[in-house]
Amino acid sequence: MCRIGAIKSKRYIHPSMALKLMRSQQEGHDDSGFAFVMQDLGGIFETYKDLPCLSMAATVQGTRLAEDILHDIGFSRVLQWSPEVNHQKGLKISPMPNYIFEVLQYPKSHKYATKEEKEELLIDTCLKIRKTLEENNSGYIYSFWPDILTLKEIGSPKDIGTYFNLWNDKEGPYAKIITAQCRQNTNYDIVRYAAHPFVLEGYTVLANGENTFYEKNKLYQQGLYKGYVGFESDSQCFLYTLHYVNKILKWPLKYFMHVINPLSYDSINQRKDKDILLRIKASLEHLETNGPNAVLAVTPDGKLLCVCDPKKLRPVAIGRNEDTVIMTSEVAGINDILPHRDIRKDIYPKEREMVVINNDLTVERWQQ
Amino acid sequence: MATVKVNQLHLDDLPWIVEYDEAKCIQCGKCVATCSFKAIKPAIEQRKVSGSITEKNKIEKRIVIKQNISFSEYCRGCGMCTRVCPNGALKITKNNDSRLSVRYRAEKGESIKKGGRSNLNTEGRTLDKIKVGRISQMTDPSLDAVRHTFELKTPLGRVLSADKLNFEIKNDEIISNTKLPPNRWIYPIIIGDMSIGAVSWRMWEAMAIATAYLNEVMGIPVRMCTGEGGIPSKLLKSKYVKYMILQIASGHFGWNRIIDAMPDMVEDPAGILIKIGQGAKPGDGGMLMANKVAKYIQEIRGVPKADLLSPPNHQGLYSIEESVQKMFLSMNAAFNFKVPVAIKVAASATSVSVYNNLLRDPYNIVGGFFLDGLAAGTGAAYEISLNHTGHPITSKLRDCYLAAVHQGRQGEIPIFAGGGLGQTGSFAADAFKLICLGANGVFTGRLLLEIAGCIGNDLDKCNACNTGLCPAGIASQDICLTKRLDIDKVAQNLVNFFIATDFELRKLMAATGCSSLPIGRSDALITVDKNVADRLDIQYVC
Repeated sequence: MCRIGAIKSKRYIHPSMALKLMRSQQEGHDDSGFAFVMQDLGGIFETYKDLPCLSMAATVQGTRLAEDILHDIGFSRVLQWSPEVNHQKGLKISPMPNYIFEVLQYPKSHKYATKEEKEELLIDTCLKIRKTLEENNSGYIYSFWPDILTLKEIGSPKDIGTYFNLWNDKEGPYAKIITAQCRQNTNYDIVRYAAHPFVLEGYTVLANGENTFYEKNKLYQQGLYKGYVGFESDSQCFLYTLHYVNKILKWPLKYFMHVINPLSYDSINQRKDKDILLRIKASLEHLETNGPNAVLAVTPDGKLLCVCDPKKLRPVAIGRNEDTVIMTSEVAGINDILPHRDIRKDIYPKEREMVVINNDLTVERWQQ
Repeated sequence: MATVKVNQLHLDDLPWIVEYDEAKCIQCGKCVATCSFKAIKPAIEQRKVSGSITEKNKIEKRIVIKQNISFSEYCRGCGMCTRVCPNGALKITKNNDSRLSVRYRAEKGESIKKGGRSNLNTEGRTLDKIKVGRISQMTDPSLDAVRHTFELKTPLGRVLSADKLNFEIKNDEIISNTKLPPNRWIYPIIIGDMSIGAVSWRMWEAMAIATAYLNEVMGIPVRMCTGEGGIPSKLLKSKYVKYMILQIASGHFGWNRIIDAMPDMVEDPAGILIKIGQGAKPGDGGMLMANKVAKYIQEIRGVPKADLLSPPNHQGLYSIEESVQKMFLSMNAAFNFKVPVAIKVAASATSVSVYNNLLRDPYNIVGGFFLDGLAAGTGAAYEISLNHTGHPITSKLRDCYLAAVHQGRQGEIPIFAGGGLGQTGSFAADAFKLICLGANGVFTGRLLLEIAGCIGNDLDKCNACNTGLCPAGIASQDICLTKRLDIDKVAQNLVNFFIATDFELRKLMAATGCSSLPIGRSDALITVDKNVADRLDIQYVC
């Protein structure tokens, strides 16, 4: 079972907080990896929020191939951050030769491009780099999007933290939203791409759960949008459905839960909006997940959300104080990070409930 | 040397031999009285009574039961005589040396007509080579078939892709001001289209009663298709018509009466099914022989007492596009675009082309694709069609589903598959497997007849539905024969069968961790047959 966590704060926070959040939940995962996504970046990245940030891990050859692609398209590097890696012996980690985190300027051809045109360029570039790296077995591109930084690695989360010097909160990077997972193993294979959180065009998703309808989801999503690729984990389908519902169809967030966990026909029939919900149920039947799951997600505008399956078979808890909200699998994690919070304000989402944390940390709860 | 007339039909030419044990017979006459085919008759046999050699032969006359030797009045192997015989004096044996089919053609100069089903099963059943092999254990919790809730409903009607729903957003809610194609959420098993005429009114009524009971009392939203033979006016004007799918086929039988009743209808029907073809006899139209055209059949269909042969094609339809424009549009318009209109075709090498064309229809008015495989049943057909035409359902269903997947349009026209389901006794398993391969649901007719008491099988037993002499009173309009059918008992058995099947579907859903229908979940299936695995794109195991 996965252990997942998300921290959203009014102030910039350090990845060490995510590491600490996940350590106390160690009994719930298999200590096989650590991955995090940072959004709404601070520190040295703070002044470049509108420019795309590339997150990659690659061999020397892969790094060169990616740089060539970016150069050919016309991107130019604005900022590069390299984590100071710690090569001490005995660390349980399978590191890649290079970790690339860099902010790039759009090509001159896109100087006057619309937001949509720029986004199109980013996804196309990302897919091109991914394909090239895969063909050459020379690395992984995790995200290429403004204001997002992603790191995934195989090994013990504690040692991964040590390797990347992430326990030292005096040095960046920082962000206002950090999502993390402490598990690399999946039902399928140990592949870096299979580690949550998954990112696509500003949407980030982590799931503790199973997608029983993975096969159907995958077959349907493959034809929906060019960015729906990989499928190394059945949980990627949650990300693609969120993206499809919210970005492509432009439906409000709460309809995400109506797609992945549709109500039964009889329940829908009792509702005023039955005509709409039945249409959604029929049209997006192949995006139902039909498994136990607790999904955490971040939207491009910084909202943090949590959706629970119809039977509430996977745990999730939400704790908060004035400037920080934490959503995670076990309340033990929250206790470590926010020990002095008012626990009366803790939220334990129920089955078929969606909780949304807005940017001012106000909480919205929707019962399906 | 004795004279032998070798060209004369002989007992050895017949497909079934009635063995008679005189010692057990009490001469009650029930066997003769019960045989609807007049295949046996009382006869007088002369016997030599034993005596001494010098004594003159003493001849005794004995009443015995003898088999008729005739091209029309011959034993079909139904075994009704053995059922009524109090002492078990009769036994029916299949004659593997039968030459009747050849002799019939030679004698009559015409093709043989039969009913029921194909009797040349050389293919084997693919569905029996498939197992449900992806069992939820630890990875995702398996469910409890008894305690958990399951959603066994699927839409009938054209489903638009989400981006074509024209939803609008107002106050963070989706609203819709667009008229969308009608959808009905129904149980994934449809009672297949068997007309009043093909089956007796008592059988048809039993199915209609069972349908109403399943809906009204059991909460199982089963729909029943009328078949091409109309529907009684009283039912048409009742609220129960909402459970009926009205069929229109190339003969348009019964539609005058339906159109006349429209102003008085209080409910819309569940759907309209335009029958283009059927799996048991693809390329042929419906066939109801005159001896089954009873007075009430004439009234419902508005026809004289004559052989009712529906043309192989809908007259005036020459292409898929044209049929969409003409027939589907007219049928949609007839019910004010409020009733799903679906199509039924025989599985064929061309099915994918048809399905693709319907998927791409710009009017979005085809609301279901009923695909009928070759092991399906029929009331009457030429034997040549029954035994030698058709296409198995499994791979063709899969082809159609994957064609939709290829275009990202799976589910837009729900597929319902039929043809020989439950043939080896496991209907729920067949249905589940076809759903996993991409069907939204299945339909069955023949199996329901067997539940009602049909004694025919795939080994040439009975299959005389075309004669109107059905010994079970199912495929007959003869008032004496139909009396054999207990309507209430048949309805009860059908209801029970659906309850049992519903439970078995839940059992399979539970084991595979699905709480809603696993449409297209082919990862749940495995097979030990590599060819089947490759063809259906499912996991090969050994």
